[in-house]
Amino acid sequence: MDWGFITVTLLDGLARGLYYFLVSAGLTLIFSMMGVLNFAHASFFMLGGYFAYIIAQEWGLTFWIALPAVPLIVGAIGMVVERFGLRHVHKFGHVAELIFTFGLAFLLQEFVKLVFGQDTKPYAVPEVLQGTLFTVGDQPFGSYRAFMILVSISIFIGLYLLLTRTRVGMIIQAALTHPNTVSNLGHNVPLIFMAVFGVGTALAALAGVIALPTDALQPGSAARLGPIIFVIIVVGGLGSLNGALVASMIIGILTTMFDASQLSVFSVMEAVANMLGIEWSLLERPTYELRRLMIGDLIMMSTKQVGALFPYLLMVLILIFRPQGLLGKRES
Amino acid sequence: MALLNVNDLNAYYGKSHILQGVNMTIDEGEIISLLGRNGVGRSTTCKSIMGEVPPKGSITFRGKEIAGLAPHQIAQSGIGYVPENRDVFPGLTVKQNLNLGVKPGQGASRWSEEDFFELFPNLRERQDVDAAALSGGEQQMLTMARTLMGDPDVVMIDEPTEGLSPQMCQRVADLLEEIARRKIAILLVEQKLTIAMKISTRVYVMGHGQIVYEGTPDELMSNDEIRQEWLEV
Ligand SMILES: Nc1ncnc2c1ncn2[C@@H]1O[C@H](COP(=O)(O)OP(=O)(O)OP(=O)(O)O)[C@@H](O)[C@H]1O
Ligand SMILES: [Mg+2]
Repeated sequence: MDWGFITVTLLDGLARGLYYFLVSAGLTLIFSMMGVLNFAHASFFMLGGYFAYIIAQEWGLTFWIALPAVPLIVGAIGMVVERFGLRHVHKFGHVAELIFTFGLAFLLQEFVKLVFGQDTKPYAVPEVLQGTLFTVGDQPFGSYRAFMILVSISIFIGLYLLLTRTRVGMIIQAALTHPNTVSNLGHNVPLIFMAVFGVGTALAALAGVIALPTDALQPGSAARLGPIIFVIIVVGGLGSLNGALVASMIIGILTTMFDASQLSVFSVMEAVANMLGIEWSLLERPTYELRRLMIGDLIMMSTKQVGALFPYLLMVLILIFRPQGLLGKRES
Repeated sequence: MALLNVNDLNAYYGKSHILQGVNMTIDEGEIISLLGRNGVGRSTTCKSIMGEVPPKGSITFRGKEIAGLAPHQIAQSGIGYVPENRDVFPGLTVKQNLNLGVKPGQGASRWSEEDFFELFPNLRERQDVDAAALSGGEQQMLTMARTLMGDPDVVMIDEPTEGLSPQMCQRVADLLEEIARRKIAILLVEQKLTIAMKISTRVYVMGHGQIVYEGTPDELMSNDEIRQEWLEV
């Protein structure tokens, strides 16, 4: 076992899981509020990346300006979308809302293509954070990943304290489950909902600002992240923030491990056989048969390729065996 | 001038016409009972006054038209509402629930937590407990107290004694009397005549989405015809 490799991969996975949670936390809050999934949520993540790229690189105002400014800008856009779009569509029911968010996702994607083109933008990690923070064994852990972890964790602590320790936070919690009762007590629930939508989109944008430098900023960024976030909130349990956290971590860490590993499915099978003390020659015949059935290609693939299936496989299994998700409450 | 004046109030659920021209008035400090059989539209009357079900017609509060305002604006203007479903906020403690009854920007109130803790020592003991863990009766007390924390001038209370033990019903009656002592008007929706008859200054009887009778409790008690036609089952 290469402990350096395992430790660093775990830390990288943590960084990824946390930014997944930045996005899925907002989506979960918005789901609790609207009762439908917001398909445009990942588009705000992508917008975050583009706005940060403009501010930091095209205008040369640096990443450090973009970091606080972009969530504010995109959060404001989110509030406008809620106030002048969703709030009206809401009257026509859930299906209309769902279609509205679908349309919005396509609209934003085409808009970004129109303005920035198809190609990947060179949105990069700021220079001071480009190095290695420390090495475990011979494995380097990048400063930027540590920065991502730090930013995400600070945001969550702030959000957690806001929701559980302040009166505003308690009003928000109550409004998510009992909007009518909260209105009857004199609290402006439509305003609260607009703010929640704004905060949710701002979190997605913040994730875009910090995560897209490690990935690729392009019109497809939203479409690549969207399905993963969808999987996360289904696996965690729709409407459960804790569930979204757990599922973000599981999926962030495991997909990072798959990505990092150099193994093929074949070599994993070999290793497992070794561990169990099975004579490899005994498996030769079944392996041969599998190949003949054309599953052989699968066996020769790398775990990285096969790992891409993992989140979806997990979602299907969860839906079969625990439809309410890991920490979700069963619908009554 | 009446505190609350409801004039030709109509309300619909989709196509069904539930309130068909309700008229009533409530004066400062009055205790009014709204009686009627199941399903005649008593809760809908409260909900339309509150703006939760869109009202057609006129509702004035202190002379100001409130029909068409959002529920939180109506609450802000001084109308309190304790719905029949007793929904306390789960995940929040008793104390936190009470705190959410205080309106944003509210000044000095006629009520404090301490008032309710004195009336219901149970709530004091359980102030740090998740409100969802309370008994039905305690939840009823809590939702009434929560609404009163917002210092309304009139409070609509929908079937507060439904499903409660006789002791708990007595507690509810105690609170109603305390509200009346503080000169806060009450619109009490009830099925049981006993409490309503004892504390009301006036009663309305509802049938088929309209007010079919208005009078004092004594007048209603001596009017067998109305009671048989509209109240007794
Ligand atoms: N959300 C709703 N959608 C459609 N119809 C409704 C709805 N709520 C109530 N109704 C109908 O409206 C009528 C009046 O209901 P309301 O709740 O006002 O009655 P109520 O007098 O309070 O009686 P109770 O509380 O004993 O049921 C009933 O016939 C009821 O079936
Ligand atoms: Mg009712």
